[in-house]
Amino acid sequence: MANFYLDNSDLKHHLTHPLMKRLVALKERNYTDAQKFDYAPFDYEDAIDSYEKVLEIAGEICGDIIAPNAENVDHEGPLVVDGHVQYASGTQKNLDAVVKAGLMGISLPRRYNGLNFSLVPYIMAADMVSRADAGFENIWGLQDCAETIYEFASEEQKQKYLPRVCAGETMAMDLTEPDAGSDLQAVMLKATYSEADGCWYLNGVKRFITNGDGNIALVLARSEEGTKDGRGLSMFIYDRNDGGVTVRRIENKMGIKGSPTCELVFRNAKAELCGDRKMGLIKYVMALMNGARLGIAAQSVGISEAAYREALSYARERRQFGKAIIEFPAVYEILSLMKAKLDASRSLLYETTRFVDMYKTLEDISKESKLEKEERAEMKMYQKQADAFTPLVKGMGSEFCNQNAYDSIQIHGGSGFMKDYACERIYRDARITSIYEGTTQLQVVAAIRHVTTGTYLNMMKFYETQEISADLIPLQNRLKAMTETYERIVAKVTETKESDYIDFHARRMVEMAGHIIMGHLLLLDTTRCESFRTSAEVYINYGESEVKKNAEFIDRFDIENLEYYRMK
Amino acid sequence: MGLKIIVLAKQVPDTRNVGKDAMKADGTVNRTALPAIFNPEDLNALEQALQLKDQYPGSTVTLLTMGPPRAAEIIREGLFRGADGGVLLTDRAFAGADTLATSYALACAVRKIGAYDIIIGGRQAIDGDTAQVGPQVAEKLNIPQVTYAEKILKIEDGKAVIKRRLERGVETVKSQMPLVVTVNGSADDCRPRNTKLVQKYKYAKTVSESQNLENDYLGSILDSRPYLKLGEWSVTDVEADLQQVGLAGSPTKVKSIENVVFQAKESKQLTSSDTEIEELMKELIANHTIG
Repeated sequence: MANFYLDNSDLKHHLTHPLMKRLVALKERNYTDAQKFDYAPFDYEDAIDSYEKVLEIAGEICGDIIAPNAENVDHEGPLVVDGHVQYASGTQKNLDAVVKAGLMGISLPRRYNGLNFSLVPYIMAADMVSRADAGFENIWGLQDCAETIYEFASEEQKQKYLPRVCAGETMAMDLTEPDAGSDLQAVMLKATYSEADGCWYLNGVKRFITNGDGNIALVLARSEEGTKDGRGLSMFIYDRNDGGVTVRRIENKMGIKGSPTCELVFRNAKAELCGDRKMGLIKYVMALMNGARLGIAAQSVGISEAAYREALSYARERRQFGKAIIEFPAVYEILSLMKAKLDASRSLLYETTRFVDMYKTLEDISKESKLEKEERAEMKMYQKQADAFTPLVKGMGSEFCNQNAYDSIQIHGGSGFMKDYACERIYRDARITSIYEGTTQLQVVAAIRHVTTGTYLNMMKFYETQEISADLIPLQNRLKAMTETYERIVAKVTETKESDYIDFHARRMVEMAGHIIMGHLLLLDTTRCESFRTSAEVYINYGESEVKKNAEFIDRFDIENLEYYRMK
Repeated sequence: MGLKIIVLAKQVPDTRNVGKDAMKADGTVNRTALPAIFNPEDLNALEQALQLKDQYPGSTVTLLTMGPPRAAEIIREGLFRGADGGVLLTDRAFAGADTLATSYALACAVRKIGAYDIIIGGRQAIDGDTAQVGPQVAEKLNIPQVTYAEKILKIEDGKAVIKRRLERGVETVKSQMPLVVTVNGSADDCRPRNTKLVQKYKYAKTVSESQNLENDYLGSILDSRPYLKLGEWSVTDVEADLQQVGLAGSPTKVKSIENVVFQAKESKQLTSSDTEIEELMKELIANHTIG
């Protein structure tokens, strides 16, 4: 009887952000689909109403089916039967429910049977599914891969595969290999073209493949014999109906145990080239990864939400020394900071999602008709902001998620260490978020250029110009002071032009930027909705001390000190 | 082979999560305190109908419900899950009906719908718990009935093969058609609302509901999409006898309603010895608490 959309008013707040009006109008091409499809909206209000109704369906399935199944799925896990994956029984039930509800292909165009929704409600569903069961989010969320087919595959391939995704077939992205993890340039899986058969064949091994036995997989493989780097790699589509791939084993993981992580053996597996040869890593994987990173950010926020709710309800019920433990300062401080980190990362998540959606939608429109000059400029602007915010929200969101999972157990005390409470599973599920789709350290590598080139600083300055409630000005002034500190520190570090030294402090500077940006977003949220005030106050208190801490560390740090850290 | 399926459904107050304000001082149900929902076993019935539709392409599922104007929500709920259409039986004259008057009204409406192969309803509604309406509809239409159904397995040679859930087991029966089937809560849960169907049917309205629309554009949408018009029938529409519907047609008279609160009056302490537990078991079976 739980509904994860209706019990969380923050979601509607983000769904109805002012930018949505323009975003939805672009996505709907000014509502022209209403003439062609009986389920297309005829104006903005109608579209938002549909988004809400669909999120209510997703919220109900999350609350009534996926969340109650999570514990059993965690215990049961998937199996390999005759070289193929057999999901845990709860996973299969979850999948049947989301497929019957039509929650697949949410953001794909209607001509392929998709819902043509903005990314915002899609990410919101991912946020809720992750709160219900983070492991299931991996299986359901891999529908993301269809975006890559939509963007880069031929029309024939789109017609062949996209309606199948909308009908409920699952996907996988087969990138990692035993010797190619963070460094995908080392991928060795061999793709050979057979002139006789007029098709490609794949041979080799992939490892750590989430939902590796999915119906449709995007496979990164070496199509150019004799090459050693990323330029010899192409992207392929493998259709399980064609056969040729078997699951050798499923990894025994710490968390997200319902999500089958597979080792795959390709033996003359027939595959289709997706897009252009040699562009596999350089272009398509990058697109795939950016989408996946946003998905992991959503997963992190959903897990944070679950961790916070478990902790809050336990702290209200658990009595010690004659009162509920939530009444002790040491406990309520932890809880309020958990909520602040949750709210901050969620605000950054939806801000980023809007940026991604704006540029992708404009880019999609540009394939149909030439964009106006202003629209082109707008697209470039949002693309830059999306590039800057994606690693920030993936990096910081997943770290906050881990911190909240840790704190959730802390609130539960000894009971939280037992398998009896959900926080134990949440803690294990959270751990992967700061590792896969690029570790936090790699997110910093992607984010640091937006520190050095000033993208983040420009965004801070932009937020300073936005109208906020008058009583929030003192908080905004503190953010302005933090920005001055940030600017000074960034200048101090970058002017050395010592790359090791810049890399050494990179995470500190990226996090400073993150704290300031999330502080601004919470002020804007509070301006629209008073319920965010507490989190804005608590978060800015926290962020301010973090910014000062990092600044102090860098200020005290002499470049020669690096020697103490260099491990031999 | 397409089947014509009618699903009987009722909008009921959600009595499963009853709070303190669920009853008024006079002992009647405080309907404003309880959300109106699709009767749970009627959802099981709808699922059976939809599974038949999946199994036998070309089949249609029509919902039939009797209630106040807001019960149109039940039809929309059905459309969101895959039903093809529905009729709301609504009229002040239907108000205050007991099971006899209700089944009479429903039977009149079924006759007006015309051709049908199977009528499926939930075993009982959670507000009255009588389990009488389905069987009475069958009697009035003079067709067979199968109660406590858990699954309609198949349609074979014009006959329905149905698994029934009984107190101490299951039995599979075969019945000629048309027939009435009432479905148990142990049957498959109803499928969720479907995202596309929700978007397609969210503006579906009865004639009364489509009066005084604020949005003109919505009016034109309703006009251009006939599937958005929900059937709404009165006593006259179904040619019912006024003496047999509503309060006039209801021999059941409620004398009084009491708010019963179960309370333990005495308690007994047992050790965990086998003999004491065995004695307790015997006692509970003897006084019909269990078994």
